[in-house]
Amino acid sequence: MAAHGHAEQHHGGPVAAHEHHGAGKYIVGYIASLVLTAIAFWLALGHHMAGGPLALTLLILGGLQIVVQLFFFMHVTEGDGPPFHSVGLLLGLIFTFAIALMSIWIMSFHYQVQ
Amino acid sequence: MPDALRQFADTYLMWQEGPMIWISDVLILLTSIGIVATLTYFKKWKWLWREWLTTVDHKKIGIMYLIAALLMMFRGGADGLLMRTQLAAPGMHFLDAEHYDQIFTTHGTIMILFMAMPFIFALFNIVVPLQIGARDVAFPYLNAISFWLFFFGALLLNISFVFGGSPDAGWTSYPPLSELGFDNGPGENFYLLALQISGIGSIATGINFLVTILRMRAPGMTLMKMPLFTWSVLSACIMIIFAFPALTVALALLMLDRIVGTHFFTILQGGNPMMFINLFWIWGHPEVYIVVVPAFGVFSEVVATFARKRIFGYTSMVAALLSISVISYFVWAHHFFTMGAGADVNTFFAVATMAVGIPTGVKVFNWLFTMYRGRIRMTLPMLWTIAFVPCFVIGGATGVMLAVAPADYQYHNSYFLIAHFHQVLIGGVVFGMLAGMYYWWPKMFGFKLDERLGRWAFWFFNIGFYVCFMPQYALGFMGMQRRMYTYPADMGWGTLNFVSTIGAYLMGIGFIFIVAQVLYSIKYGERDLTGDPWDGRTLEWSLPSPVPHYNFAVIPTVTSRDYWWTLKEEGRTDEIKPKPEDIQPIHMPKNSGRPFLMGVLFFVAGLGFVFNWHVLAVLGLLGVVVTMLRRSFEYDDEYYIQPEEIQHVESALGRL
Repeated sequence: MAAHGHAEQHHGGPVAAHEHHGAGKYIVGYIASLVLTAIAFWLALGHHMAGGPLALTLLILGGLQIVVQLFFFMHVTEGDGPPFHSVGLLLGLIFTFAIALMSIWIMSFHYQVQ
Repeated sequence: MPDALRQFADTYLMWQEGPMIWISDVLILLTSIGIVATLTYFKKWKWLWREWLTTVDHKKIGIMYLIAALLMMFRGGADGLLMRTQLAAPGMHFLDAEHYDQIFTTHGTIMILFMAMPFIFALFNIVVPLQIGARDVAFPYLNAISFWLFFFGALLLNISFVFGGSPDAGWTSYPPLSELGFDNGPGENFYLLALQISGIGSIATGINFLVTILRMRAPGMTLMKMPLFTWSVLSACIMIIFAFPALTVALALLMLDRIVGTHFFTILQGGNPMMFINLFWIWGHPEVYIVVVPAFGVFSEVVATFARKRIFGYTSMVAALLSISVISYFVWAHHFFTMGAGADVNTFFAVATMAVGIPTGVKVFNWLFTMYRGRIRMTLPMLWTIAFVPCFVIGGATGVMLAVAPADYQYHNSYFLIAHFHQVLIGGVVFGMLAGMYYWWPKMFGFKLDERLGRWAFWFFNIGFYVCFMPQYALGFMGMQRRMYTYPADMGWGTLNFVSTIGAYLMGIGFIFIVAQVLYSIKYGERDLTGDPWDGRTLEWSLPSPVPHYNFAVIPTVTSRDYWWTLKEEGRTDEIKPKPEDIQPIHMPKNSGRPFLMGVLFFVAGLGFVFNWHVLAVLGLLGVVVTMLRRSFEYDDEYYIQPEEIQHVESALGRL
């Protein structure tokens, strides 16, 4: 579907290009993302850490989720053509950290009456 | 039985709300009967289904977006006029407070999400594939899904007015006001579900056009040979992809609060309402650039065409578009300077906000330098472009005033703010989209819109705009706050408000002229037989109007920026016409009814969640899953147009 028109003439059609993926990679990715989510939930619900380190740990776990998504589901390493995705990833990285870290920074004022 | 009926009418149809609801009911009923009767009388049901509802053709999807956007502009505009009527004099009783709240909420939501967004998507769809020499977008089927999700999202929000009750917590929907404790009607759920459903479509459109532009350009069209409108779409898509997930998360969490009973934004249980505001504006600020950047693209095309000069400072235009898309992520906290985050946070966001003015200023100067010593033709697209420049510059200047964090404590949520954002959104987005509509109309339909009626519309709308919004700056300084439904006479706001209301009605008359212009031009508009009515510069003008459904019989090989202009200058226009021996079978996607069905199912699920009818919600979502599964196992979704058919079409157009 992705490439009808002229782009499709370069390879043997969109279906053929993706046939070599087995289910294994997807299952590993699925389990990995489940495990990461479970750890995050366990840490947040069980009050196992202090606020600051907890936030940092959750950020790292969130970052790992992105990595799992990119490598196991989106196959970032297997593109043809110009490496647009590396620019996209860099931009995504900047935005993600800007949004996550700056939100913490903005919201760290004492909003609740103590 | 009558009791049950009465209860249904009171709860869901709101028959105790008074004549406004009754009139709307009657109008909706009459319009629906009219549409059904017309379609049946002219036996057009099959045509509607085959040619439009199931289409995956980017040009037709674009036209449907355009129609939807104009209809929504009418609804949003009518809301605006109702508000201005209520505020025309002190102590008015035209609307009560509750109705006023509902009307400003739907006005804002509709104008941003269901007018501006489909309007830019209309132009994305109609123009981008033609400008880059492609036969469709990268994912035509997904494109149809995007449209139908938008359509049924918009329908869900609009139906709230006559079924269950409109949302009334403002288009920003801040908790705690939008939480269950303060707002337990279904209106707020309508808002959340409608935005969520259409938001999925918007993200998909962003991905679709990003891939289309990066991967489907004609051979030879390097990134730096792309037309500026396409560049602006690329910039907008980057913002859509990164910004819309923040909205999705904010809406989903608020929905969980309201439906499941979580406490993400309720302060008593350790939640934090300001976090919603933070998330909302992480999306909300890029959103205003998402809608204005494509307008910048339109202006770049229009100025170059009608000044008959290549655009001044192409590279700096591209740099400006891309830097706007990046900086727009670092300004969001300026929407809540008064929250109390402290001087360091406010300083950072104030400086970042002012910095956005720099690339925008670069663009304004580039447009002016392009016009300088050009032979300007004052056509309708050019008129709107020229009107845009001073309007947007004033709007930008008042924006920089608002960006000064300490001063913002005075302006915050006053009519000064209202005047500012209407000036940039109307002056930027609406002017830009209208310019784009006039510019590409002949490409869509094969005839120009009438110039004389268009000028009437232009002057009414422009003069009306200044009469409406300039007094509001003053009202802001005089202390008038946004979202007040009435005000006492001794505040001294009466005169300016009255003037503002006159301006709003002038804009309304302008809109009526546009409608008249469209209707008149369908019959009498100047037909475009050349395919190049404006003496354009980019590839879409090398095609006949309207464009055959496969766009390019033979994909051209591009060698320069403004390639069509180069060909015309060098007298080589025949080179781009297809030669019979070059015509190959063209691979096209088949139409499908499933995107439409998917929209219906999302609508059903949405309605289920709105009223907590869980069975309906689950059934709707199950239906969505089934359609997705069916799609996954569909293999016969493409076909080839044979060379004989293409030759037939092309020779009928006189191009072979």
